[in-house]
Amino acid sequence: MEHTENTPELEKLPLGPDDFSPATAGEKESLVVMRESINFWADGFRRLRKNKIAMVSLFFILLIVIFAYVLPSFWPYTYDQQIKYSENLSAFEYGKTELARIEAGESVFPHICGTDKLGRDFAVRLMMATRVSLTVGIVCSICVLVIGATYGAVAGFSGGLVDDIMMRFTDILYTIPDILLIILLSITLKPRILALAETPGFEWMQKVGANLIAMFIVFALLYWVGMARITRSQVLVLKESEYVTAARALGAGNGRIIRKHLLTNCIGTLIVTTTLQIPAAIFTESYLSFLGLGVSAPMPSLGSLATDAVKGMNTYPHLLLLPAILISVTILVFNLFGDGLRDAFDPKLKN
Amino acid sequence: MGKYIVKRIAMGILSVFIVATLTFFLMNLVPGGPFVAEKSISKAAQEALEAKFGLDKPLLQRYTTYMTDFLHGDMGFSLRQRGRTVSDIIFSKFPVSARLAGIAVVVALCVGIPLGCISAYNRGKLADNFIIVLGTCGIAIPSFISSVLLLYTFGSWLKILPTMGLNDAVSYIMPVTALAIYPTAYITRLMRSSLLDVMGQDYIRTAKAKGLSSFMILFKHALRNALLPVIAYVGPMLASLMTGSFVVEKIFTIPGLGREFVSSITNRDYTMIMGTTIILAALVIAANVIVDILYKIIDPRIKLK
Repeated sequence: MEHTENTPELEKLPLGPDDFSPATAGEKESLVVMRESINFWADGFRRLRKNKIAMVSLFFILLIVIFAYVLPSFWPYTYDQQIKYSENLSAFEYGKTELARIEAGESVFPHICGTDKLGRDFAVRLMMATRVSLTVGIVCSICVLVIGATYGAVAGFSGGLVDDIMMRFTDILYTIPDILLIILLSITLKPRILALAETPGFEWMQKVGANLIAMFIVFALLYWVGMARITRSQVLVLKESEYVTAARALGAGNGRIIRKHLLTNCIGTLIVTTTLQIPAAIFTESYLSFLGLGVSAPMPSLGSLATDAVKGMNTYPHLLLLPAILISVTILVFNLFGDGLRDAFDPKLKN
Repeated sequence: MGKYIVKRIAMGILSVFIVATLTFFLMNLVPGGPFVAEKSISKAAQEALEAKFGLDKPLLQRYTTYMTDFLHGDMGFSLRQRGRTVSDIIFSKFPVSARLAGIAVVVALCVGIPLGCISAYNRGKLADNFIIVLGTCGIAIPSFISSVLLLYTFGSWLKILPTMGLNDAVSYIMPVTALAIYPTAYITRLMRSSLLDVMGQDYIRTAKAKGLSSFMILFKHALRNALLPVIAYVGPMLASLMTGSFVVEKIFTIPGLGREFVSSITNRDYTMIMGTTIILAALVIAANVIVDILYKIIDPRIKLK
């Protein structure tokens, strides 16, 4: 009888015998709290993909890279090809001989951005200039990464007197206004490297462009200081961690610990700092070119294209505006992408 | 504290000395000399000129002579601008550059700090986003691009501003704007992030709980601490202004120290290169040292090393 008395109470509860049956496989899965383990890279890229600004910048960076490295090979003109009677054309205009060829039924590729005062197609010069600026930016940043990370890692790892001396040296370099030395170094090194490229055994330098190499060296010599400081501060923290002690207990040497444990663990910071170095190098290169101390003719760089156009800017403003916009956009998208990378891979570095 | 100040100043002087030494040997590595470009003079005259300025002596001896002279306050004669001493030229050109840079600093601070505050106070709103976009663009545009674009728009297209020289107040507008864009954008970003950081602190919450108006909170409590990173930026700002002034002075044909430096290098005017480099470097390094010391005095939380 007790049983029947309780029945109304039980009916109020939304429970049936089915609720006590064993869970199905699908139900079990929905209850698992653990997610699949995500490694460092996947996690970073997941965060990066969510960042709209960074993805748009990445898209623009890809566009700029295609514009600089792929398009010139398909372009019917070369950057130093001078077309007679086609000087100072504005966009989509044709020169005298070209008009004659069109009348004869030939097809002439249009000068999308016009030509300069020597009759060179300006579109392809812009592409080559972007290529030069990008190459300077990327190669310099890699040089800075190699020198700075090595220096900083050694200093931080050694500690003590070695660290003190090495860091005093960077402190002094850091206080020196870099632009003064960059200007001096670039005029000192350039003739020497140009001469070196003439001597046998160094012909490969001419392929790369001797004055580009001078640029790389100048930037690498001065800009590694920031990278060294950042790497050192990271290494100082990391070297106290347990896994370093464990590696040491297992008999790993200093070189192995630096390479395998310390540098790999601050790789996020290193990538972010290197990416943010690229726009800085492009900035300085264009600046030097503007002062007439950068990459020399006939090789164009975005800065030198802008300088050349200043004199005739009233008559041919597009020759000035196009490189100016390209430099600014390139620096802008690299900065924005670098910020995005930082937020994704190294949130601690913010501010 | 005293020990720190002495150490910091000693390191500053050492840096200036290193800059001077590096510059001396670097410029002598540059091919060509101050008198090579002049084709009109004979070889004998050229040698006589070199002997007069002591250029025929060995490098090391010239270095020691220059350094001792410099320590006695003598920077020598300019090799290309006959009859004028280097200190003469520097003292006549420096005020022009200093005035330009000084106005640019004031503009950058007066525009950057309020913009940063507005941005931080309206975090996530339209005004904030607008200021962030402006700041990001301002950092991306090199000073030579902005000066050339200004020159084109206001000088030769609209024809409302003078394109060269610094004769009246109006002619300052374009060079100062071109110089100030980068530091303004940088200060805005710095101010925004540091103010956001400070506004999250406990003492700001206490001030709010006390019932202070947001105006009082900003000026009495938040701004004091939020300004610290901006003060630390003064040193790098001077360096960036110097970088900017080289091209701005060139583009707007302003007779300042930056233009003198660039032309002295292309002319291989050794004494002028040394003089301008040392003065410019000493200025930036001194500013850095002063800011570092002030920083420790203003903010006692920073540990003395």
